[in-house]
Amino acid sequence: MTQATNEVRSGSGVVATARRRRKKLTFDKVSFMAVFLGLPLVIYLVFVISPFAQAIYYSMTSWGGFDNNMPFVGLDNYVKLFNDDVFMLSVRNSITLAIFLPIVTVILSLVLATLVTIGGSSRGQIKGLKGAGFYRVISFFPYVIPAVVIGIIWAQIFDPRNGLLNGILTAVGLDGFKDYAWLGDARTAMIASMVVIVWGFVGFYMILFIAAIKGIPAETFEAARIDGAGRFRTAISITIPLIRDNIQTAYVYMGILALDAFVYMSVLNSTGGPENSTLVMSQKLFSTAFQKGQFGLACAMGVVLAAITLLFSALVFLVNKITGGSQDVSE
Amino acid sequence: MSIQLTKTATSNDHVERKAVDSKGDKVVAGVSHTMLALWTLMVLIPLGWTLLSSFKTTKEIFASPFSLPAEWKFENYINAWNTAGIGNYFFNTIIVVGFALVIVMVLGAMCAYVLARYVFPGSRAVYYLMLAGLTFPIFLAIVPLFFILKNIGLLNTLPGLIIVYVAFALPFTVFFLFSFFKALPNEIAEAAQIDGAGEWRTFFQVMLPMAKPGMASVAIFNFLGLWNQYLIPVAINTKPENYVLSQGIAAFAGQMGYAVDFGAMFAAAIIVIIPVLIMYVLFQRQLQGSVSAGTMK
Repeated sequence: MTQATNEVRSGSGVVATARRRRKKLTFDKVSFMAVFLGLPLVIYLVFVISPFAQAIYYSMTSWGGFDNNMPFVGLDNYVKLFNDDVFMLSVRNSITLAIFLPIVTVILSLVLATLVTIGGSSRGQIKGLKGAGFYRVISFFPYVIPAVVIGIIWAQIFDPRNGLLNGILTAVGLDGFKDYAWLGDARTAMIASMVVIVWGFVGFYMILFIAAIKGIPAETFEAARIDGAGRFRTAISITIPLIRDNIQTAYVYMGILALDAFVYMSVLNSTGGPENSTLVMSQKLFSTAFQKGQFGLACAMGVVLAAITLLFSALVFLVNKITGGSQDVSE
Repeated sequence: MSIQLTKTATSNDHVERKAVDSKGDKVVAGVSHTMLALWTLMVLIPLGWTLLSSFKTTKEIFASPFSLPAEWKFENYINAWNTAGIGNYFFNTIIVVGFALVIVMVLGAMCAYVLARYVFPGSRAVYYLMLAGLTFPIFLAIVPLFFILKNIGLLNTLPGLIIVYVAFALPFTVFFLFSFFKALPNEIAEAAQIDGAGEWRTFFQVMLPMAKPGMASVAIFNFLGLWNQYLIPVAINTKPENYVLSQGIAAFAGQMGYAVDFGAMFAAAIIVIIPVLIMYVLFQRQLQGSVSAGTMK
């Protein structure tokens, strides 16, 4: 206690020692660090970091969950997973999503962003399209809608009998689509699900790319125009190389999201869809853990999912680096 | 370079000449507008259809996807709110998201401030730990998390949900605010301390108010992220009376196999969208601004 008072006293003399404040441990400073750093860190370690670490250990046990009996089985769970056809199918589905969702989303949002930014007049200043603000506001909105609601709305749109999509298709004369179950047919279930996710995210990446394109100095575009480059050429040779890093970021984000995709997939087809055609790893993990109670196995799935996620990000960075990265455009 | 500048300047002088856009310009503008309008319709039609269907009876919904309701059934909203329990979930969500948001903003700001302003042994390690939390999928943590909460008796309770929300929103918050505090001039904090303010006071009365713009952007993103969160509540908050909106509406839609009130389900979807729509209208500029700011790093 006396110590504490001493510290407080030396704390009040901080003016004199301002120069070497790093050496003096005052009560003010100690309590400040303890609360400011300690409190968030404790919560973070207990609820985020420790579960990550525990998951890796559990993945090597055949833990059933509700007793403390955790038989250590080494890599048995992983062997079991690789021999499990349904799990491997879910891995394949997740990877399919991670390949196609980023490509489609990035290309579509890049096209829209380009139209908004350089669709304006080719004389005078470089500028965007008239009414660009309106398109931006509307396109971005799906990003803020809860994913669950997006899933529910689209499940209704794809509904075979009362859905909007088949209603429109039959109204324009395509009677073949009457009662066609988009989400209930293994041929289209995956594609339909992808459409939903793309719908939700194109606006977000469009805004991101618009911001990036606007960050390019106008002189660059003007120089290209004086050199005779048309809009298409400008977009391909100027815009894309210059916002390459943003595209990489978008690609990684979207890929990580695609490897999760839990909400969309489980709302659109809660049991994995026809012939498990939309079953993804996260769904399989969830049902293994919380319906079957095979916690050790589920943790092993989590480790596989995390490994694939890291591998994906590393791959994107690597490809970007090999193909030139930002070096060839550094001005 | 100078030629370029003169060119720009000249065209600036004759702004009125823009009226004679070339034919090519008109075609490009036309095509651009068409494509953007198509996408806008792609966005608006599903939402408009949901709104329309939310006023129809189940029978009308079955009859045709386009028909207007014979009478606009506002009862659907009442049914969704009461019978389907959306009202109850709504209040749970407000409590959980409200508390989690305030706590994570305070803790996140404090942590980011310390990391940005002081170098101490282990500060790099803390930084990398936060990075790990952003990189690894929540799915890896979800099973152990379930048992941690079970062991401390917070499983299936709102406080348990709040603390987990805080923990998982923390890394994003710290990262964003870290760069923000880093950019604030150190001299101001030093001036405050020379004037006799302690560490606590320097933070709360000097540095935190200066970080307001950054705090606002992060708070908006955290609000959306937490309001839309689905996996965490589904895993660790399984008592129906504690459901939050996202899991409540999913459960409601999940019973669809049995003759359920479709009109009420569409109404429930609209009820969930309305708060984020309000947020969006209010903070639209800020939101898009922060997306842009985030890309510039």
